[in-house]
Order: sequence, then C-alpha cells, then structure tokens
Amino acid sequence: MLLLHGLGERSPATLPEDMKAWPGPVYALDFSGHGASTVPRGGGYTCEQLMGDADTGLAHLGHATLLGRGLGAYVALLLAGARPAEVRGAILCDGLGLAGGGPAPLTPQVIFSNPNSLGTPDGYGLAELARDVRPPDYATAFLRQASELSGLDQPVTICTMERPDWLVAIAEELDAESVSVSQALKRYAEVV
Amino acid sequence: MASLETDRSEWTQDEQAAAVFPGARRPDRRRVLETHGLGLAVSEWGDENAEPLLLAHGGFDFAGTYDGLAARLADAGYRAVCWDQRGHGDSDHAELYSWDADVRDLLDVLDSVSREPLVVIGHSKGGAILTHLIQSMPHRVRAFVNIDGIPTHRPPPDVADHERTRLLARELSGWLDHRRSAATRVRKPGTLAELAQRRQRMNPRLPLDWLRYLATIGARKDADGWRWKIDPVLRPGGFGPHRATWDLRRFASLPVPLLGLLATEPEPMGWGTDPKEVEPYLPKNAQVIPVEGTGHFIHIEQPDRVAGLITGFLDGLS
Repeated sequence: MLLLHGLGERSPATLPEDMKAWPGPVYALDFSGHGASTVPRGGGYTCEQLMGDADTGLAHLGHATLLGRGLGAYVALLLAGARPAEVRGAILCDGLGLAGGGPAPLTPQVIFSNPNSLGTPDGYGLAELARDVRPPDYATAFLRQASELSGLDQPVTICTMERPDWLVAIAEELDAESVSVSQALKRYAEVV
Repeated sequence: MASLETDRSEWTQDEQAAAVFPGARRPDRRRVLETHGLGLAVSEWGDENAEPLLLAHGGFDFAGTYDGLAARLADAGYRAVCWDQRGHGDSDHAELYSWDADVRDLLDVLDSVSREPLVVIGHSKGGAILTHLIQSMPHRVRAFVNIDGIPTHRPPPDVADHERTRLLARELSGWLDHRRSAATRVRKPGTLAELAQRRQRMNPRLPLDWLRYLATIGARKDADGWRWKIDPVLRPGGFGPHRATWDLRRFASLPVPLLGLLATEPEPMGWGTDPKEVEPYLPKNAQVIPVEGTGHFIHIEQPDRVAGLITGFLDGLS
C-alpha cells in the first residue's frame, strides 16, 4: 500500500487507524515541496510531475495499491492509468486539492507564491496545484487505460463525498457507487 | 549556474571557425537574473538606452537562436532582450518545468527590462507563453509579434478508441521511464558536426552551417566531446490536459496590436497553422502574414525579411 497525501499535507507519522486492516506493509510518500521532501526552486508543479514522484516510489516497491487523498487521489488515478501492470488498484478518498482548477482553464493569470512561505508545503505548490486543469475526458482516458491494461475488474474505487467534474466522469464510467475505505481495502487485499 | 563566459582555449581551429555565421552576432551584453533561486541567462543586443523589445525563444531553443534576428533589430535602433528559458541554454536546470513557471520567469525578465509597456516578440512556444502573459497582464505589453506560434486545432489521429488508449499508454510509460532515469541521465557527446546533424532531424530546413554555429553556443565542450546544454530531462512531445483549442478560442481576446507570421512549409516542429482556419479567431488590429517558402523557423530562414516586417509594423504603431 502506498499512501498519497492531499494538497498542502504530508504523510501521516503513524499508521492511520483505517489502514490497520491492510494485510501488507504500508508506505507513504511526501510529494515534491511537501512534508520532508525537498522544495524545488521556482515552482513548476503539475499533477503529471507528482505522478512522476509517485512513480519513483512505485519503482522501489515494484507494485502497490494506491490510496490517495484529494490531490493524491487524482495522482493515484493518473498513475493507475500510466502503470497499469504495477498499480494494483487505486482508492480515491476525500482530501484537499480534489478539484484542482476545474475542468477547463480559468482566466489566465501569472501565479505567484506567498512570499512569506518557508519550507514545506511550498507556496508555489499550493498555488499552482489549486489551478491545474482537470478535464473529465482526460481523467477518463487514464481510467480506460487502467481498465484495459491492468487486468483488474475494478482498477479504481471511489470513496469520496466531493465530486468535482473529473470524478463525476470517472464514477459514470465505472458505473459504481462510493464505498467505504474498509470495503475498498478488502477489495484490493484480495487482489494482492 | 555555469559561467556566461565561454572558454575557447580547448577549441580546435575548425570549432572556432564554426562559431561564425554570416549576419549572426553574439549579444552585446549578457547577465544572470536570479529569480526564485534559479539563475536565468539574459542576452541583450543594441544600445542600452534604445527602445526595448523582449524576445522569447521556442521550446528546445535558446536566446542564441536569435543571433541573426536580434542583431538586425539592434542595427535598426532597438534594444533586443532575450533570456534562456529555465533548463535551456545557459540558464539553470530546474527541478520542475511547467507553463506557469515559464510565464512567471518571463515576467521576472520583463520586470528587469522595463516597467513601461513594451513590444514583445515570440517564436513558437515563445509566442504561446507571451500570449498567456498578455492575457494575464495586458498593461505590460504595447504590441505583439508572433512568429509561427499562433495556436491551431490539432485533430487527434484518426484511430480507434482502444488503439488510442495504447498510444497514450506508450507515451506515458515512455515519459515515466525517462523521468525514472533522469537523475543520472547525461546527453550523448559528439562532434559539432554530429550535434548539428542530430538537430537537423527536427530542423530539416536549416543549413548545417547554422546548426553547427548554434551548437557552439547551445552546447559545451567536455573532455569526451560536445554536449547540448539543455536539461536532459526535457523531451519533445508529451501529454497533458492542455488543449490547443482553448488557446485558439481565447486568442481573439488579445487587446494589443498583433503581427502574426506563419510558415507555409510543413516541418516536424511546426504547428501547421492554416491562415484560413485561424482567421475567425484573430483579435482586432491583427495582421497575419504567411511568409512564403519558409518552414517553422521563419526568422532563421529569412532574417532580413522578418526584421523588415517587424520594424515596418513597429513604425506603424507610433
């Protein structure tokens, strides 16, 4: 299990209560500019870059089930599509940064950081990852890859209350209701 | 960041000779702009007190690709300023690259040149990031010259859904594999001629003499050969949520006089923008000129003609 935190968060210091049901080891990754990870110079964050961060973690683990909160949920979906053979299910949970910048670009702006921000979370990460555009058909392209190439019946499981446009499209395509985290864990514990 | 001074003591006579190209001139001044912890290399041609023009280069290029055009604009009485975008040329390699970061870097360069609205000129991706800047901060720009960087619809290839899924899957795993090895990746060394030949695959219309000249600027000589300075993490193509259609639809909102130059000959890095297709999306005060017989690098193929079109356009503004 690889945990992916939400926007502005960091990995939990201790095993979260609901993870105790997971039969295998639980890892967690701090994204670039978050938690104990290094802060890049001058921003430049995209969800695709964070997918690369998570992929670096996946390279060390070989294969993993992903559980993402908010921003981490979207990144988990991307990685499930990009590495369908290695990702053994992605669980999407509520958390900060689930909506991103919406389905289409807002009014153009130059994105600045809070000049007083120190260390992590990086102000550029907070500002840029709250603006990145998440078109529904882009999200479903990743889901289709996961569905076609992973060999899993349900490569993605939704556990969220919040439903930004990209997640509405994913839910429609999956034709599945939200389930509890413990049900989702059970589903993938059997796969692994 | 690396020094802006080039040590030529280890260069052969042939290599020194390659560093000369008719009509091209290295900048009169170069400086490092420190921004958000990154050093950006800024080049300037012409009188420091002349009217400034800000130039933005295309993806995988660097300021030196304007050695022909900027020299001509300087000779016409302007101060031409261009910077190497993060990861390109002599600027620092960054940890992350994105559109938003490039636009922010651009604004920092602009701030270091003038607080008055000025004329901006961009080629290809340079034109696209300038478009974003103008739409964000119209008060900073007086007029816009866009060299083969007007957005266009790029219809996806006509393939079945399941085939498209596999195409995207290959693109994604290729990008991730590249990134996994990025920390230890170095560019392949070669002779100046080899670097020029490799670049010609993406720039097939440009003469080898010019590409060799570019290599003397955009590459450095190591003990085992010449290497392009560009960050090896950067690779062409790619994927992402962005749609060219969004840019095209918004293009009509540009509130400044626009001179658009379009290539007429297809080329690998070209966007294939059709003047008839973009016509309905052009802003008021736009003048779009297809430059007959040129590919994507219009200003390199025909620097005199492009400099003339730009100075004529600028004369018409005042």
